[in-house]
Amino acid sequence: MTSFLQYTIFGIILGAGFAIAATGLVVTYTTSGVFNFAHGAVGMIAAFSYWELVANHHVPVVLALVIILLIGAPIAGALVERVLMRRLHGATAERPIMVTLGLLVILTGVATIVWSPKNQYQLSPIVSGSFRQVSINLQYQQVLTIGIAIALVIGLRFLFSSTRTGVGLRAVVDDPGLLAMSGASPDAMSQYGWILGFVMAALAGVLLALTQEQTGISIVAMTLLVVNGYAAAIVGRLKNIPVTFIAAIVIGLLEDYIIYYALPHLSQGLNSDITLALPMVFLFIALVMLPSVRLRAVGRLSTVRVPRMPSGKESLLGGVAFFVLAVIASVVLSSAVVRGTNLLNLGGEIMALGIVGLSLVLLTGYSGQVSLCQFSFMGIGAFLMGKVAGGGSLLGLVAAALVCAVLGALVALPTLRLRALYFALATFAFADAVDQGFFQDSRVFGGGINVGRIVLPGLSFGGNRSEFLLLSVIFVLVALLVLTIRRSLFGRRLVAMSDSPAAYATVGLNLAVTKVAVFAIAAALAGIAGGLYATVNGTVGSSDFDFFSGIIFVLFVTVWSIRTVSGAFLAAVTFVVLTTFWSTGLGLVAGAGIILIGRAASGILGIDRLSTLLPLPWVKRASGGGDSGTLAGIGITPMGGEARVAG
Amino acid sequence: MTVASIPVPELSPATLSPALAIRAVRASYGRIEVLHGVDLTVPAGSVFALLGPNGAGKSTLLKVISGQMRPTAGEVVIGDKPVGKLPTEKLARTGLCSIPEGRGIFPNLTVRENLRIWTYRGGLSVKSVEEQTYATFPRLSERRKQLAGTMSGGEQQMLAISRALVTDPKVLLLDELSMGLAPLIVSELYELVGTLAAQGKTILLVEQFVTTALLVATRAAIMVHGKIQQEGTPSDMATAALSVYLSS
Repeated sequence: MTSFLQYTIFGIILGAGFAIAATGLVVTYTTSGVFNFAHGAVGMIAAFSYWELVANHHVPVVLALVIILLIGAPIAGALVERVLMRRLHGATAERPIMVTLGLLVILTGVATIVWSPKNQYQLSPIVSGSFRQVSINLQYQQVLTIGIAIALVIGLRFLFSSTRTGVGLRAVVDDPGLLAMSGASPDAMSQYGWILGFVMAALAGVLLALTQEQTGISIVAMTLLVVNGYAAAIVGRLKNIPVTFIAAIVIGLLEDYIIYYALPHLSQGLNSDITLALPMVFLFIALVMLPSVRLRAVGRLSTVRVPRMPSGKESLLGGVAFFVLAVIASVVLSSAVVRGTNLLNLGGEIMALGIVGLSLVLLTGYSGQVSLCQFSFMGIGAFLMGKVAGGGSLLGLVAAALVCAVLGALVALPTLRLRALYFALATFAFADAVDQGFFQDSRVFGGGINVGRIVLPGLSFGGNRSEFLLLSVIFVLVALLVLTIRRSLFGRRLVAMSDSPAAYATVGLNLAVTKVAVFAIAAALAGIAGGLYATVNGTVGSSDFDFFSGIIFVLFVTVWSIRTVSGAFLAAVTFVVLTTFWSTGLGLVAGAGIILIGRAASGILGIDRLSTLLPLPWVKRASGGGDSGTLAGIGITPMGGEARVAG
Repeated sequence: MTVASIPVPELSPATLSPALAIRAVRASYGRIEVLHGVDLTVPAGSVFALLGPNGAGKSTLLKVISGQMRPTAGEVVIGDKPVGKLPTEKLARTGLCSIPEGRGIFPNLTVRENLRIWTYRGGLSVKSVEEQTYATFPRLSERRKQLAGTMSGGEQQMLAISRALVTDPKVLLLDELSMGLAPLIVSELYELVGTLAAQGKTILLVEQFVTTALLVATRAAIMVHGKIQQEGTPSDMATAALSVYLSS
């Protein structure tokens, strides 16, 4: 009985920490309409800043808290609102998701440079000491966390329902124009909202860091610790603070009971996998329990510049031209080695990742479904490629495609009735759960699995050049397939579904079938890409498909242009080159690119005047006049205006 | 009371100083110019009906006046002060009240919370705003804790126009007040417009519902293709509007 009481109290303490993180997320969403994926990263920076000030520079605790919570966090929140968020009101659903993910990778990138992951970062409690109650030892720090969580819930509830500023903070999300017409500055309101959100994130970061007394804090763990709060925030529908608080406490209790009662009966390896994946499992369950989104006939109209589709002939010519360039590259680079890296192998990796990019073009670019788990399918594909028929077999590729398609459908099925943000969150949960619970398990990839090169009857791809050309051909074929899908009836259905799900449903088309189908196809493509990727270097490991890399890759595709084949290819080039030669800068470059997305909704290739700046031979003027050109040869096409219904 | 019996002050525009003047205003959406040099003078204390078919640029003109859109040329003068560069919120605080097309309310806030937002205009207490609104629209009092977006269209428009009622504006802009509402509700709302006009407020009314608008107007103009085509008394404009609407 005593141990049950003990676990219950520890569960409540754990839940209080989640509650602080979750209410911060709700505050940001309530005041900006944006789900801040970087909430955890802001908390992580705050936690490390606290360590820097208190542990490293011996600044008094109170002064450190003042510097972080009352100076640093507000300034950062105001800056982020001004630079990144201000232009996002009324944007299509994927833009705020990408921008906050960009912020996440910038912050983790900066943290990695400033605080080396190799060092230990230990923190002492703000208030030390403990007391004994009902034969349970409680630390004052734990009581403080619960007290702060309760005070925050009461304070925020009062702010948002009983003060004009609080109501104004909610009103700015509804209609900033009307708020201005009522005499309040929407920009200032929005900025207050982000300041409040950042302060909440920083507070959560510092308090959660102090609970990591035994293990010390790490960049990735701190960033993802806040994910524990996601499920609670979702149960509170991202607006109800008291419900969020209760949900956080319940999740804290559940997690504690599972860890202490259920997991000890499992094997050591499984026990640890489940512990790590639990937050994401809770998030997934919370998402599945959400009621279906109501289809809205009228949404906000936001102008999205959509590329003109190249014709079948243009695509084919582009594909041939691309392959010819690949052949030339294979000759020129046949034995080129830069800093110990064979450039043809690098090229092979680019082609494989380009196929993952193409899966994103299909899924996010055409049908508007934001997926953050394409790298998970890629990893599963690589794993199957190594395990089926001794590795390097075509059967492996087939297995990768089939298994990933089924898995994709299984991920999509329970969440496809949700709106874009929740769908993205479900894929986020799936990606992290697969990474933590499967890829990181030493029994899966271990120190790396051997795959070997593909063997076809009568054909050998043992040489780097033949492997590179094989992957180039497959990339071109998949690109042509994606473009053909876009031109087909199914492709038009995808765009129609993205434009207006309500209109799509009211003409008698089945949203569920289309969503599951496109998600399964994209998952299968990513699985095939993973299988091919594994054959390039002969071995693959878990670090090739880690959760953060997956997010960074999605960001690169978005930065270049998630609606074009060329965007997918250029993203793969950028990602592979940076990963190989400047991995520390990977997140920073992706994040910096995302700042552009706050301004150029269609990515770099969507910038109107780009075609006039590029002196490429296949650039030609658009037939209808105007100043947008055509890069149709490789799928870079001019942007035509198109109104889309957001949200 | 019917719309026809709304008491509207008789004014002689020529003798009154302008409360709102629009001078050679041009405005564009991207490269497409929609206002091609609009000139309009709204005398103080008048109800000015701006009529015109769809796409004439009426709502765009109201956006320019209320500071939601910057003109590419020309100026907007309220009283004797050019206001073209003032942001919307400052214009609101200087006495311009704009009720936009659709429903000028916050759908995810309760009625009471919407009324709290009206106090940003300055010098208003929540209590007085609530008392005044509920006295005029008792139905809103019954719905004070309801989310505004879940009310009927008529109730939403009552809430929207309550801002004009409680903030005592110098100039009131009303965009398509009758849009999507039952005739009885329209009559009720226009009675309030008449009351505001009787209090001496300057009102610029944009409407497609010509008959109702002209019943409360003291002056009217017809806008076609981003330009003022005709201006005159309501009775003159009633005939002119018919031919414009038929020809467009």
